[in-house]
Amino acid sequence: MPLPYLKAVVHFLALLPAAWLMWQGWLLIDFQDNQLTANPIKYIHAFTGDWTIRFILLGLAITPLRRIFGWNILIKFRRMIGLYAFSYVVLHLLNFIVLDYYFDWPTILKEIIKRPAITFGMTAIILLTPLAVTSTRGWIRRLGGKWGKLHKLIYLIGILAVIHNFMMVKADIFQPLIHGIILAGLLGYRLYDKPVWKMRRT
Amino acid sequence: MLFRFLKSSDVKSSEITPENIYHNRREFIQASALLGIGAVALGLNIPQARADVLANITRSGTYDTDEKQTPYRAVTGYNNFYEFGTGKDDPARNAHTLRPRPWTVKVDGHVENPGDYDIDDLIRPHTLQERIYRMRCVEAWSMVIPWVGIPLADIINRLGPTSKAKYILFETLVDRKQMPGQSRRVIKWPYAEGLRMDEAMNPLTLMAVGLYGETLPNQNGAPLRLVVPWKYGFKGIKSIVRISFVKNRPRNSWKRLAPKEYGFFANVNPDVDHPRWTQANERRIGEFRRRDTLMFNGYGEEVAHMYSGMNLKKYF
Repeated sequence: MPLPYLKAVVHFLALLPAAWLMWQGWLLIDFQDNQLTANPIKYIHAFTGDWTIRFILLGLAITPLRRIFGWNILIKFRRMIGLYAFSYVVLHLLNFIVLDYYFDWPTILKEIIKRPAITFGMTAIILLTPLAVTSTRGWIRRLGGKWGKLHKLIYLIGILAVIHNFMMVKADIFQPLIHGIILAGLLGYRLYDKPVWKMRRT
Repeated sequence: MLFRFLKSSDVKSSEITPENIYHNRREFIQASALLGIGAVALGLNIPQARADVLANITRSGTYDTDEKQTPYRAVTGYNNFYEFGTGKDDPARNAHTLRPRPWTVKVDGHVENPGDYDIDDLIRPHTLQERIYRMRCVEAWSMVIPWVGIPLADIINRLGPTSKAKYILFETLVDRKQMPGQSRRVIKWPYAEGLRMDEAMNPLTLMAVGLYGETLPNQNGAPLRLVVPWKYGFKGIKSIVRISFVKNRPRNSWKRLAPKEYGFFANVNPDVDHPRWTQANERRIGEFRRRDTLMFNGYGEEVAHMYSGMNLKKYF
């Protein structure tokens, strides 16, 4: 399949969760049965947060998959996956500010500072923002070698996001645990597969 | 297999929405339309069988709130009942495997009339009362629920605790077949809760057997659950099989799981935050904006005297 078609397929898949959420939101506003539970704001919060982490993990999976299986075409999708992670976290943040706290800035700021879970999450969003901004061709050219270094921040962002995920659940840590194991695997692979170490081994 | 316990009568009643609920729903829709933002409807698409109507309920109204009651669908579709799964809609989906009859409650400890009581023998001597209470979950959401039950004090008086009984311990059923969520050890089963004797004897404390004038749906803790309206919802232990009169303060499940986050007393208190979120406000289910949380969930007049002189920041 030619690349533009493949990209269209990936866009379609990446937009499915958002489309589903909008559909459910429409059902809710229209007083129809929907899946958002009796506490939709809480549901939307978890939903957009989970999808952010999934896209971060997907983006982090691209390098290992290329190296292990030689699927070099995957690099063509890394930017859009990263930008989808950012898009879902923007929805997550909007839900927090608009629906959950309805622009109650004093409380919002207090919560960000006072609750470690929210501090971690907000730090991750702040760090992710420059990565989204510098994802254009122009910025990649302008930054040169620094671009790669800057984008290594995604390792830290992934860790912060998964810690945030762990801290937000009450007792059932199953999902954050799965996220954490995948993240550990993806980051661990990078330690193991460092070119320097490889040279020493041979 | 999954539907083994569903009787044909369950299916028939699923079509029926009582008129009062229907009218509540209309008001609810109008109220939310006025907000201009529609993000308040209740998102549930689980088909729900209505329970049996309870007869001879007295309604004194003494302790009732006149706030808008949370719709039946939300009360019975949005639950924390980890015995049936940790998702909020898991209990409504999975609790059909629970068999609330026959049901035996073991009464033991420092009590004059210990023994294994059939649920109906335990309840029948008393007159059922309706109590419309606020329910404040520790997760900062709340509901208004018309419970049906009997004051716990009436049951306690009949069982006759001795002077050694300082606390009451309650335990939920353990049965993986009836409670599929118990195959995962999210909590150390059985779920356990406790009250100090004066709290248990407080006239607000209710042993509920129903809501909205009908028997308790399984997901709400059938056939017998505790309702302590000035405390966070997790104190309201569900599907009780044991009532034990004890000398020492019992270890309750959430405190055991995370002692820094959940206490034994668990009184609703806007001034003592959960370490991970504020308890100063809450979202009433069905409303858009958060509202201020009230001290003792608004029941201070009835309960504050029990805690005078106690440091509620320490004993949270």
